[in-house]
Amino acid sequence: MKIGVCVKKVPDTETRIKVGPDGRHAAMDGVSFIMNPYDEFAVEEGLQIKEKLGQGEVVLIAVGDDETSKILRSGLAMGADRAVLVNDPAICADEPYDVARALAAVVRKEGLQLVLCGKQGVGQDFQQVPALLAGILGWAQASVVVKLSVESGGLLAHREIEGGEELVRCALPAVVSAQKGLNTPRFASLKGIMAAKKKSVDVLSLAALGLPALERRSWEIVRLELPPSRPAGRVLEGEPEVQVKSLVELLHREAKVI
Amino acid sequence: MSQGFLVVLENRSGKVKKGSLEALAAARGVANATGGPVTAIVFGAGDAASRAVRFGPDRLLQVFLEPEAASRDAWIEVLARFVSSLEPACVLASATAFGKDCLAGLAARFQSSLLQDVTEMTLEGGHLLLKRPVYAGKAFEVVRPLSQPVFITLRPNVFPALEREVATVVEEKRESLAGVALGAVIEAIRESAGGKIELTEANAIVSGGRGIKGPEHYPLIEKLAEVLGAATGASRAVVDAGWVDHQLQVGQTGKTVSPALYLAVGISGAIQHLAGMSTSKCIVAINKDADAPIFKVANYGLVGDLFKIVPLLIEELKAFQAN
Repeated sequence: MKIGVCVKKVPDTETRIKVGPDGRHAAMDGVSFIMNPYDEFAVEEGLQIKEKLGQGEVVLIAVGDDETSKILRSGLAMGADRAVLVNDPAICADEPYDVARALAAVVRKEGLQLVLCGKQGVGQDFQQVPALLAGILGWAQASVVVKLSVESGGLLAHREIEGGEELVRCALPAVVSAQKGLNTPRFASLKGIMAAKKKSVDVLSLAALGLPALERRSWEIVRLELPPSRPAGRVLEGEPEVQVKSLVELLHREAKVI
Repeated sequence: MSQGFLVVLENRSGKVKKGSLEALAAARGVANATGGPVTAIVFGAGDAASRAVRFGPDRLLQVFLEPEAASRDAWIEVLARFVSSLEPACVLASATAFGKDCLAGLAARFQSSLLQDVTEMTLEGGHLLLKRPVYAGKAFEVVRPLSQPVFITLRPNVFPALEREVATVVEEKRESLAGVALGAVIEAIRESAGGKIELTEANAIVSGGRGIKGPEHYPLIEKLAEVLGAATGASRAVVDAGWVDHQLQVGQTGKTVSPALYLAVGISGAIQHLAGMSTSKCIVAINKDADAPIFKVANYGLVGDLFKIVPLLIEELKAFQAN
């Protein structure tokens, strides 16, 4: 099976977010970038499926910039076979539909049968590219998946829903988005890191994919705001017995939450 | 010219989800200012007709699929038909697993992106402005839609479910699925054991961190949660150590929550954790380290040994409730 895994470059989760000079995006100076944590589960799942089937290919796909190549290399070091990067300034990173459109074009070009993604990117948290991708391709989809098995002719996915799980029988080709808990991503071995240097990363433009620039925009970002700072809290003094008495009193009378 | 709202209600085992009622009430609130009808749509039988009508829809469409199907492909196909015929300016749902998935699939049909997890919906000069958390709540984007329909999911527990008297027309619709390919079909739903309260929908949450020292002490968190009628959560450290299930993780790469009361027990307050819970109304921190960052966001801080404080707190709460 030819498996695609979509990966995204995101700021390290330790990053403190500041409003950037345009007032609409986060400042990215001095920020270190990582592979989106949810995408690591997708890469791992792709590798495990290939290993289990004993054949096939795992192709990483990304829409990004020059620095995204480094993120792709880390996925290649985990064991993916090769990578395709769509790098074109005409793609609007604030428009998930545009990103999904470019990914879909790569999926078609590569003739993939299964595409794995992280359930969301931990940057702008759009939470929709996997579903948009499936929609554009007209494929089956299962999102927020914590367990996946490949069975004859299809997939059985366990989807996380509020207060439980949904068991979804899914035809192929399909797009599956990974939730934490799906697996434990492997670390790249030294051998893997060395091998990754020789693996190919194809860089494509929209034109190479036969796509015109997107004409219709869904929205524009007006501004980026930081959350209002919380009022200074109160440390409750005294012995534990006194502390808990004051707390229950304050929760009832002042905060009115009990 | 498209106008009005189409609100997709989630029907879980015959009951409309609370988040759906919040979305309906939020749509009514904006529609009262902008005009345009509010149409609610729900799949299958249940309490929607009797319950959802109290939250302000002008029309309630109760849709029955023929043949019956539990499949996102069926829901998206039928919703697309109604979006095409009703031409709403805005399509809304609650940001649950169902709502996020259906509306994303629906948006794709209309070559559009969507706004997930919106926490504020306001009008500025007659135009809709939407606010949504980014970087797991470390910042918020304010967005102006440029095309219609606008697809939006609203974060549960943020918008009030206000009841409003409106003359609602309830209609039953039968929609054929002949020729519709169902690529993904739900075979079964497995509810979590013990009827646990869902984190993202909880009014109160008690979370445990590394300070609880081991999985054998997590029942202490559960006992405190039980007294408060709260959901239980955990920090990433506790989840990654394998002490509790990943579904309980609060913070970036876990759940973002905004309950009325959040009790952080033995949690130091790493930036990823704070991002996921700092919109809670009232935060209580119990930690032995007075310098822990969690105290910077806490309304009430208790510095001390959680193994002494929590049992006492359980007893104090029981005594309070007995009065």
